[in-house]
This record gives sequence, C-alpha cells and structure tokens, in this order.
Amino acid sequence: MFEIVPLVLVFPVVGLLLNTAFSRWLDEKWIGIVASCASCAAFVISILLAVALAGNRFHAEVVLLAKWISIGNLQLPWQMRVDTLSVTMMLLVTGVGTLIHIYAIGYMHRDPRFGRFFIYLNLFITMMLVLVAADNYLMLFVGWEGVGLCSYLLIGFWYDKGNASVGNARAGRKAFVVNRVGDMGILIGMFLIFNLVGSLQFDDVVNFFEHHGAEVGGMATVVTLLLLLGVAGKSAQIPLFVWLPDAMAGPTPVSALIHAATMVTAGIYLIARSAPIFALAPLSQITVALVGAATAFMAGTIAVAQWDIKRVLAYSTISQLGFMVAAVGLGGYVAGMFHLITHAFFKALLFLAAGSVIHGVEHGGHHAHDHCDAQDMRNMGGIKDRMKITFWVYLIGALALVGVFPLAGFWSKDEILSDAWHVGIVEGHWHGVVVYVLLVLAAIFTAFYMTRQMVMVFFGQARSRAAEHATENPPMMTTPLIVLAVLSLLGGALNLPGLHTLGRWLEHTHHFFHSIDFNLSIALSSTLLALAAIWLGTRVYYHRRPLKNATSPDQLQSVLGTVFSFLNGKWYVDEFYDATIVRVYEWKARFLAFQVDWAFWHDYVHDRVISAAFRGGAVALSGSVDTGGIDRFFDGLAHLVRVCSERILRPLQTGYVRNYALGVMLGVIVVLGIILVK
Amino acid sequence: MIPTTYFLGLSAILFSIGVVGVLVRRNAIIIFMSIELMLNSANLVFVAYARQFGTLDGQILVFFVMTVAAAEVAVGLALIVAIFRSKASIDVDAVNLLKG
Repeated sequence: MFEIVPLVLVFPVVGLLLNTAFSRWLDEKWIGIVASCASCAAFVISILLAVALAGNRFHAEVVLLAKWISIGNLQLPWQMRVDTLSVTMMLLVTGVGTLIHIYAIGYMHRDPRFGRFFIYLNLFITMMLVLVAADNYLMLFVGWEGVGLCSYLLIGFWYDKGNASVGNARAGRKAFVVNRVGDMGILIGMFLIFNLVGSLQFDDVVNFFEHHGAEVGGMATVVTLLLLLGVAGKSAQIPLFVWLPDAMAGPTPVSALIHAATMVTAGIYLIARSAPIFALAPLSQITVALVGAATAFMAGTIAVAQWDIKRVLAYSTISQLGFMVAAVGLGGYVAGMFHLITHAFFKALLFLAAGSVIHGVEHGGHHAHDHCDAQDMRNMGGIKDRMKITFWVYLIGALALVGVFPLAGFWSKDEILSDAWHVGIVEGHWHGVVVYVLLVLAAIFTAFYMTRQMVMVFFGQARSRAAEHATENPPMMTTPLIVLAVLSLLGGALNLPGLHTLGRWLEHTHHFFHSIDFNLSIALSSTLLALAAIWLGTRVYYHRRPLKNATSPDQLQSVLGTVFSFLNGKWYVDEFYDATIVRVYEWKARFLAFQVDWAFWHDYVHDRVISAAFRGGAVALSGSVDTGGIDRFFDGLAHLVRVCSERILRPLQTGYVRNYALGVMLGVIVVLGIILVK
Repeated sequence: MIPTTYFLGLSAILFSIGVVGVLVRRNAIIIFMSIELMLNSANLVFVAYARQFGTLDGQILVFFVMTVAAAEVAVGLALIVAIFRSKASIDVDAVNLLKG
C-alpha cells in the first residue's frame, strides 16, 4: 500500500508537464481542470496513505525511489517517508491546494499568462510534497529551495506591474534574497549534522541524538540555532520577516496557498521534524519560543495600522506563524501543528475572500470607470450587502482567526496559550511567562485589527464608486470559500480537549508530541480579551466616527498620533535594513564596480600596465626573436638546401645518355650482387 | 658435343662487348648495334640451355626476344631519324637537354 507514495509526486508533475506542453492550445477551462485534477489526485493519494498508516498501526514506512548521492559513507537516496507528521502535511498541502486551484480558475480568468500560473502552482505542490515527504535533510532542502523558487516566480508573476513597473519583480527578488540568508543557516546546520552523525537520514539523526545526545554538548545548540535561522527566513520570523508583506504583490491565490497556508509553515514542520535535536538544546528552545512570541506581537501591532487589505492579512500571517513557532519552541509540537492546520484553513479562507473582495471591487471599478486602488481598504466600505457570500465567509474566517468559541482558531490558539502557561507558571520558566504575555497581547491585537478590517471593508458607507458597484463573484470562486469556511468552523474538532485526536495521531512520529490538557481559565480569559478587543474595535471604527471618505485620516491616527505612524511604517524595519544592510551593500558594490573594477582594474591595470607590457613584449619579440631568430633559422635552412643541390645534385644530371645507362648498369650489378650474396 | 659452358662464356663476352659499346660510343647507330649484341647474347644463353635440357621453352623465348628487338629497332631508328632532322647529327652527346 505504501508503494503508491511516489504517485503523490507523479500527479502534480504530470499536470505541470501537460500544461507546459499543451496550455498554448487549451482554453482556460481545460488548463484549470488539468491542474486541479492533478492536485486533487495527489489529495486522494494522501488520504489513501493515511488509511494505509492506520492499517499499519501508525508505523512509519520509507519508500525508496532512487539512489541519489552515494560517496563513501554518505548515502543520500531519494526516499520518501510516510509517517503521521508527513501525511498530515501532505493532506493539508494537497487539500487546501486543490481548493485554491479551483478558486484560481475564476480569479485568474482572462489573465494573459493563465497557463503559466497553473504550471507554477503544480510545480509548487510538487516541491512542497518533496519537502514534507523527504526522508533526509538534503531531500527536504531540495523541496525547501523548490518552494522558494515557486514563491519567487509567483510573487513576480505580474512582473511588469507594481511600483514603477518593477515593484513586483523587486518584491520577488527581496523574498528570494532574504530567504537565501536563512538557507545559509539550514545548509551549515545540515553540514554540522552530517559531521556529527555521518548521515542525514531522519531515523539515523533521531537515533543518534537520542542515544549520544549528552556527548555532543553544545553542538546541538549550534545546529538548532542555525536551523532556526532557516526557519526565520522561510516562516517569516524576526529578523527575516520583511519579505512576506512584499510577497503580497503576487496574485491572491498565491498569497493564500504559498504565503499563508503551506510554504511559510515549512519552518514549523522543520522544527517538528528536528524535535529530538531541539529537545537537547534548551537554549535554542528558549530562543525559538521568544523569537516566535516577539514576532507574533510585533507583526500584530503592525497589522493594526495598515490600509492594504492583503497587507493586514500578511502581517496577521506573520503573527500567527509567530504563535506556531512559539508553540514548537515551548515543546508544544501538537499545539503548533494544530494551529498550523487550522491557520491554513482560516488564513487561506481570509486571503481568498480578500481576493474575492478585490476582484469584486475591481469589477465595480471597471463598471463605474473608477480605477482606484482595489486593495486599499479606505476605498472600500459597505460591501456587506453587495457581496453576501464573501461577507459571511470572511466573517467566519475573521472569527476563527480571532479565536472565538467554537471556531477552529479558538481551540488551537488556546492550546498554544495553555502550553505557554504550563511552561511559564506550572514549570516556572521565565521565558514561558514572557511568551504567554506576548502571545496574549498579540491575540488582543489580532482581534482588534480583524475588527478594524471587517468594519472598514464591509460596514459603513461605500467610499468609492468602485466599492458602490462591487459585485459578487461566480460560484467557481465562492464554492472553495464555502468549503474553507466549513473547515474553519469545524477544524477545531481535529484536536478537541479530552479526545486529542491529532495528538494521538502525531505521537506515533515522535514520542515528544503530546497534547496539553484544556485549561478553562485560559480559554475564558483569552476569549474575554478577544471580545473586549472586538468591542474596542467596533467602538473606534464603527460607532465613534465612521470613515467618511477615502482620504480622511484613520480614526486611530487621531488617537495615537506618532505611534500610529510608527506602526504604519512597520516599525521602520525596512528602513533600518535599508540603512544598515542594503545601502552599505550598494555602496560597497558601487565602490567595487567603479573604483576597484573600472578605475583600478580596467583603466589602470588593463589599459596602462597590461597593454604597455603587451606592446613592449610584442616589439621585443618581433625584433630579436622573430626577425633575428626564427627568420634567420629558416633562411639558413633554405640556403643550405640550395647550396647542397648546386654542388652535389646538379653535376649528377649531365644529360648524356651513356651516363644514365652506366647508372642503370651499376644498379643492375648491385641488385644482382645482393641476390648472389643472399 | 660442345659443352654449355662455352656458349655461356661466348655469351658473356658478347654481352660485355655490347655493354662497353653502349657506354663508350657516341654514334647512335653503333649504340643500337651494341644493344642488339646484348639481346643476341641473351638469346644464345636461351638456346644453349634449351639444347642442354632438351626442351623448347628457351627457343620459344628467343622468338619473342627477336620480335621485341625488331619492334625496338623500328621505334629506335624512327627516333634517330627525328633527332637527325632537328640536330643534323646522330651524335648522342648532342642530345643533352636533361643537363641540370
């Protein structure tokens, strides 16, 4: 049964090859069907694998695809791992991926690069599955880089748009470069693991660290901190989160699939996969937890002061990824994975619904000849009545994200907070308390900015002609939204308190994975705080003074003043990086290009030194060596031949017949003599 | 019967006279006659051996040689006539165009 696991890769590959070969001649419907079916088939295979695992008493199986690298004692095969953790990720990637494929058929309607979009999406699904199904760190890294490539390609999908017609391309480049910083950490971490263990297979690594963990000492900390650098890059944590907000330049289905639901969670998956190493490095665990919590808090504050509908969701995603990272840092792997899954549901839903809003407003803009920015929430308002389905699914997604009982986010966020409470209060670690406080603050901000967004987008009066004429989208786009809304409503059932279905399922992969018990006081307090934040949000944005038109200042701006500008400027992190890294780098590059390369190498070394040396050398060679040496040698040779022929060969040719006859006779005598002597 | 050795000796003498004639004389006709002398010395050897072994092979070959000699004389005399016409002489030393 486990032999079917390669099919999970084969189907998306076939889909992308079909579309690569034929998308030029297929119409949009068929391109979409091919791509969606490829993703859906992979989903079916994932379900079959889950069934097979259940029939195998949840024992992990590995399936060898091919040999890859074998040098000395380095053995790295293409080998796929089927255990509860990887199957969970496969189900998530292919399931949410399929819904987003279907949605994208409607969203990308009439895009000139329609076929290419679906090729990239299928390539992404393939690479993400390579990542989660890998059985060794290097194969995981192949998937890791593959999804990074797809992310780059899809962020820059509309490369000719954006700021000064290169904004989107620059956003893609930024994502790529920032991720390389993190990948350096992963690579060095991998080298160190190989140096310690002599293998990169997960089983070998886990065995090694479980049995010889005490001997390696600080190396586990070094390795895990390097892995954390990679996680910070891919999962958009401090200090490498700056690429994710810019990544919203890509089409909205991409934001939903890659930059909210699946790829950015690869970091959490990596930490969960490396749990036995992290277990040996308390310092790294503390760092991971604090980085996650700080990111959750910081991104939550930034999201409060953004106007771009997708940018709010992007910072919200960073914030929620911070929750997950904090959870796995505290050892709450089940809570982290649980939040990963529920977040995939409701954040994909929110992004797709936001795409639906953007699409509707753009449509209204075309209709009313109002070409305002269709992503700016200040241009929206009062869309509730014109896009009913979108409104209701958006509301469900927002409530799930905020963590209102009994939606998906309530259960998973509560489990993370319980973990933090457990580590901080019950076990008495200071970092648990810090993480708990930061996460609760982040949760309050979450409730506030989602309320703000709901009010700005859906309530009040329309603040532009485009929003006035916004229309609901076709069922092709709304159906996936409804499915995701149902999942966001019921996703909490995966790991209900007392049952711990997900925890029981995952603990077969690592014995570290276990769920925490439900804590009523934490659940109550966080729900109350969320409700309070929602109340505050409606006070500020709805009851106080509804935003009159698109240019009037934000209500919060008048209250908070410079703090709002600071948050709106995203804590000026981009400016800080620009001043400390980008400018310095550009100055260095310019110095190297103009001073070192051009002025020194080109103008001085090349044009002066080398060309003078060449000219001098050429003169010396042509004078003494060529004319004096080589020419004279060949002249002498010719002279010698001439003298020889004049002195010796010419006298032989007398022209007298008898001389030749004498030669013939002498020849005959010699020949006869030779015959006789023999 | 006269021993074969005598014939061979006579043949050798005739051949040597022919060779010397070719090498030392300048008159083209004389050179021709010397060549004929060498050919006939060879014929003499053929006939002598044919007689000794009692076969006809040597005698048949002699006919061939005579035929070739006759053809050669025809061509040779034609050449000599042509040379005489251009040089007004049959002295072979006058024909030294190949001199280097």
